[in-house]
Amino acid sequence: MKGSEVRIEGIDKHFGDFHALKNVGVDIQKGEFFSLLGPSGCGKTTLLRIIAGFETPSAGIVYVDGRNILPLPPNRRQVNTIFQNYALFPHLTVFENVAFALRLKKYGKQEINSKVEEYLNLTKLTGQEYKKPAQLSGGQKQRVAIARALVNEPDVLLLDEPLSALDAKLRQHMLIELDMIHDKIGITFIYVTHDQQEALSVSDHIAVMNEGRIVQVGNPTEIYESPADIFVANFIGEANLFNGTVTAVEGEMVWVAVEPLGILKVTMEPGDLEGTRDFKPGRRVSITVRPEKINISLEKPADLPADAFNFFPCAVDEVIYNGFQSKFFVTIPDFARFTLKVFKQHMSYYSTGSEINWKDKAWIWWKADDAYLVEVHDA
Amino acid sequence: MKKSRFSRIVFFLTLIFLFMPLIVLVVYAFNESKNMSWTGFSLVWFQRLFTASRSIWRAFWNSILIALSSAATATAIGTLGAIGINWYSFKLKKYVQTISLLPLILPEIIIGVSMLIFFVGAGLHLGLLRIYIAHTTFNLPFVLLVLMSRLDEFDFSIIEAARDLGAREHQTLLKVIIPMAMPGIISAFLIAVTMSLEDFVITSFVSGPGSSTLPVHIYSMIRTGVSPVVNALSVVLLGGTAGLVFLMRPFFKYITHE
Repeated sequence: MKGSEVRIEGIDKHFGDFHALKNVGVDIQKGEFFSLLGPSGCGKTTLLRIIAGFETPSAGIVYVDGRNILPLPPNRRQVNTIFQNYALFPHLTVFENVAFALRLKKYGKQEINSKVEEYLNLTKLTGQEYKKPAQLSGGQKQRVAIARALVNEPDVLLLDEPLSALDAKLRQHMLIELDMIHDKIGITFIYVTHDQQEALSVSDHIAVMNEGRIVQVGNPTEIYESPADIFVANFIGEANLFNGTVTAVEGEMVWVAVEPLGILKVTMEPGDLEGTRDFKPGRRVSITVRPEKINISLEKPADLPADAFNFFPCAVDEVIYNGFQSKFFVTIPDFARFTLKVFKQHMSYYSTGSEINWKDKAWIWWKADDAYLVEVHDA
Repeated sequence: MKKSRFSRIVFFLTLIFLFMPLIVLVVYAFNESKNMSWTGFSLVWFQRLFTASRSIWRAFWNSILIALSSAATATAIGTLGAIGINWYSFKLKKYVQTISLLPLILPEIIIGVSMLIFFVGAGLHLGLLRIYIAHTTFNLPFVLLVLMSRLDEFDFSIIEAARDLGAREHQTLLKVIIPMAMPGIISAFLIAVTMSLEDFVITSFVSGPGSSTLPVHIYSMIRTGVSPVVNALSVVLLGGTAGLVFLMRPFFKYITHE
């Protein structure tokens, strides 16, 4: 693995009265694709700018390969940045934009030519060398920014919401390309985004940030399937949340009383029931159930073991057909405040004939395995 | 149809209003008589201008020298100043910004009087040096204004990108900021040259004997009666300016585009 490991320790940042980062610490491994994910204003870009050297933290240290880089000015860090708005030099051609760092390092003409060509090739820009940035499309500008940052052969590449200015289709495409470039050159990528889909699809690890803190670090599956708290559960994907109180724990099974629905069953991994995430009887908790894990049908399903499933009758309030799936918004009768989202994937040819429609009475159920408990932090 | 005829009439009236005085001036430059009565076509005033008017030409070259040097100085200081004000944050930034633009709205006569008092107090007697300093001073706010609005359009992250790619602070200035601001720098320089060439009020306060610029010199000439030599000189200047504008056309494109 090429690239560097980055260790962030106890970073604090104040902008006047605003406390942008609160004791942030995280380990980023050599050569991984690491995402900082959070809503706008959560401090993710500030953290990136501290690593790049554009901001000085109020406290804390950033180590790259064990060496504190905070005393170094940005031009002496082995770190390059891809900016949100590309920040290409408007007065230079594509070639000169990419060659900028090499010229500063006083490389020879031949070496500059071959390196620039290599990276223009990598980013599929061959043939655009002599255009000015104003003549390029958004996607092409993005590629120039990538080539310009990579030609410097940094240990760490910082990406500040690089795809946010592109349209949805192109964004998907560039994301895959970024991932392929990452696989090819193997350096550490630190990717800032507010788009959970982007982060989930390409990251090795994700740090979810909120209000200046890192709330959870994990791989995409952990972040999605085992959110650390209600914020993460809501921010990543969609979630149905039930607040309740733990009544009993037996083995992996936890019984939670949800007023006024009754008792819901949740299966937890043994590890989750120990240590810091201790769900003793009497604890206030939230149950999260992802909408795609809830089944829906017109008939009450037979033969479901009652101890492994939760099921309820429901009324279908809204049906949103999305082609590959349908989204149902259902309420549990008598408990109108419980509106649940249920996503049903269309695995085979879909015709509306015998399917569930608006105003139908139906049944929903989910496995105790497919729900997850998060702690409620009492304010 | 009617509308277009109306606008065409207005257009020609405007042209006449603007250029009639110039046409009169040009016509009388070729008048044989010294008075305003037409007595016949003659080039005698041109002959006198080019052969027997050394003081006019000295003032002319003074003007050119002052204009180029003060404009260059003002552009250099103003460019760096605008970059500083736009891209660095420091205490009192707002006050510096306001104070540096104050001379724009200050009446010229006040600047002239204050300059004179200052130079007398400082014991500075060299006329040309005084004019140079005065012109640099009043040109500075114009340069600042032009460049600050130009720099406002740029994205600060371009500078961060340069630093990020390994440029030191002075390399960022020379390789990114100044090339990007170049159209603005050139137009600021041209404005400064024009302002300096045509300034009369301030120059008349600070110029000393033997060190006047062309506008001050012409004024002193017509105080003793309008000499047709001045008309001839005006025609030469008019022609020169028109030629210059024509030659610089491709240049204007560079300044206004991008």
